[in-house]
Amino acid sequence: MATTLTRGASGAATSGGTARQAPPRKPRLGRWMADRAVLFIGILVLVYTFVPIGYIIALSFNQPSGRSATAAFEAFTWGNWSTICDPDGLCESIRLSFAVSITATILATVLGTLMAFALVRHSFRGRAASNLVIFLPMATPEVVMGASLLAMFVSLGFDSVLGFITIVLAHVLFCLSFVVVTVKARLVGMDSRLEQAAMDLYANEWQTFRRVTLPLAMPGIVAAALLAFSLSFDDFIVTNFTAGQSVTFPLYVYGSKLKGFPPQLFVVGSLMFLVSFAIVIGGELWRRRRP
Amino acid sequence: MSQGGRDLRLEGVTKRFGDFVAVDDLTLSVPQGSFFALLGPSGCGKTTTLRIIAGLEDPTQGQVFIGEEDITGLRPYKRPVNTVFQSYALFPHLSIAENVAFGLRRRGIKDFKSRTRDMLGLVQLEPYADRRPAQLSGGQQQRVALARALVNEPGVLLLDEPLGALDLKLRRQMQIELKRIQTEIDVTFVHVTHDQEEAMTMADTIAVMNNGVIEQMGHPEELYENPETTFVANFLGQSNLIVTEVLSSSPERVSVDCHGQQLEIDSARSHTDSGRGWLGVRPEKITATARGAEGRNGANLLSGGRVSDVSFVGVSTQYLVAMPWGQELMVFEQNTGQRAQLRNGDEVDLAWAPEHAFLLDARQDAHAGVMTPEDLE
Repeated sequence: MATTLTRGASGAATSGGTARQAPPRKPRLGRWMADRAVLFIGILVLVYTFVPIGYIIALSFNQPSGRSATAAFEAFTWGNWSTICDPDGLCESIRLSFAVSITATILATVLGTLMAFALVRHSFRGRAASNLVIFLPMATPEVVMGASLLAMFVSLGFDSVLGFITIVLAHVLFCLSFVVVTVKARLVGMDSRLEQAAMDLYANEWQTFRRVTLPLAMPGIVAAALLAFSLSFDDFIVTNFTAGQSVTFPLYVYGSKLKGFPPQLFVVGSLMFLVSFAIVIGGELWRRRRP
Repeated sequence: MSQGGRDLRLEGVTKRFGDFVAVDDLTLSVPQGSFFALLGPSGCGKTTTLRIIAGLEDPTQGQVFIGEEDITGLRPYKRPVNTVFQSYALFPHLSIAENVAFGLRRRGIKDFKSRTRDMLGLVQLEPYADRRPAQLSGGQQQRVALARALVNEPGVLLLDEPLGALDLKLRRQMQIELKRIQTEIDVTFVHVTHDQEEAMTMADTIAVMNNGVIEQMGHPEELYENPETTFVANFLGQSNLIVTEVLSSSPERVSVDCHGQQLEIDSARSHTDSGRGWLGVRPEKITATARGAEGRNGANLLSGGRVSDVSFVGVSTQYLVAMPWGQELMVFEQNTGQRAQLRNGDEVDLAWAPEHAFLLDARQDAHAGVMTPEDLE
């Protein structure tokens, strides 16, 4: 690079006085702004995105004068971070949310992965129809889904058991289509010759699945599971219809709006953000380490 | 692993996909330790044949044997056969060493580590053992694919256009390399390719396939010098095919009339003995001389030509000679410097030795097997 530049410069010099010199550019404010417009707008958008998160983190250190939080920052305290479980029912709701999300994620991921394999790898009567129908839960408004699920559970006589089981059933339902779509995308891009190569190299059907198919599909399956978990964990609408007397974390947040938010809610919010942030960063670092 | 009598045999193998017959009643035998090439244009059934041998495709009819063992119904992982796939099919989630060790580990072989290392040494990829396939160049990936198959010491190694993705220079190197390895380890290689030069460079025996059947099988030189069909004459190298009428045939020579001039052909190279026939002669076998300059001297002489095109390609000069009946014949001449170059419009006679021509049945299509660049992709 340096050689090329030097040669270019000497070439220009030897060609005599005809070498045209670029006029020195005068710094102008308009030009300066134009050069940085994209950067400026980008920063604005980022700020816009992060303000609510910053607000939540800030309020998690707030010491409200009354029993519940106010919108104004009154005094700094570490207290809220050590008394997360103090507000009535907060930690119970978090526990229920985790139980529901983890169960729903496992069920939806297993079922959805199997469905994706069936839809991509096998041709059977009704495959085209299945491919279409699987999108329906995604396209259905949650309110409609929630209301119809409640009506169905009640008419089936489930009204006495509304709670964990019905929430999980409902969550698996709407997570399933996202899992199928995500895993399918991965499988479609997979080269079936790799499996043939494995079979050619003395791997029987199970070993081929275990050693080649599954590891290759794994990024898709993991992505699908993470998606299912986050959809399930913060679902409010469908849960609200199917929860009966049970209270998940989103339902708790909504309920406490009426009584006034306890400041510990902001601690939980900050923690959720920090954990997902750590997962994203960790994933990115892991990805860079292994090309 | 290699023991006597492990020949690969196909008997009456047919594969139909719906109405399409990909492989039509194929019977062939590949002696153990030989380098066998299945050569043909795309869609001729050569890859399907390979996949039937590998067990990745079930034949509609017929049987596959290795030695005396009928392997027709065996699953791919039960066959002593390994494949180097087109575009390699290396496992992207495994390192190079893990790729190579894959087959050994599936068979529970204890010293897979040392065997893997030895094999990586053979293909000169030891320093890359811990890398992923995506970090290697095309030529290196090709060697990994070869190592991954060979480390299992298969009875038969199948190669499905293994060099197709490499550039020309690398391809030539790998051809020599493959041939060297094959000679060293004495494994039967079945190589599928559409590249006639590649097949001729490497194979002991070539089977030229077209439309699911073998047109002709034999040593490369035999196929080139004495093709039995117009397809082989055109697909392997280039041929001038001139329509002639058979006048007489004796055990040694067949005489033909070619637009009023009498020519002779060796009986051994004559694949028709009455009626009309295509007289075939390779462009490099023809000598073009100024009209009337040379006597016959026992050679075939075809006069009345006029040079219509001259292309100088360095090592040789390629002429097109327009004949009185409207056909243009190709003549290649080495640039030895012994003779002056001909010029456009020169009147010439064409001469060649009778043993350099061949005679084919005129009912065959003179353009069969003429490859356009699209066919080769």
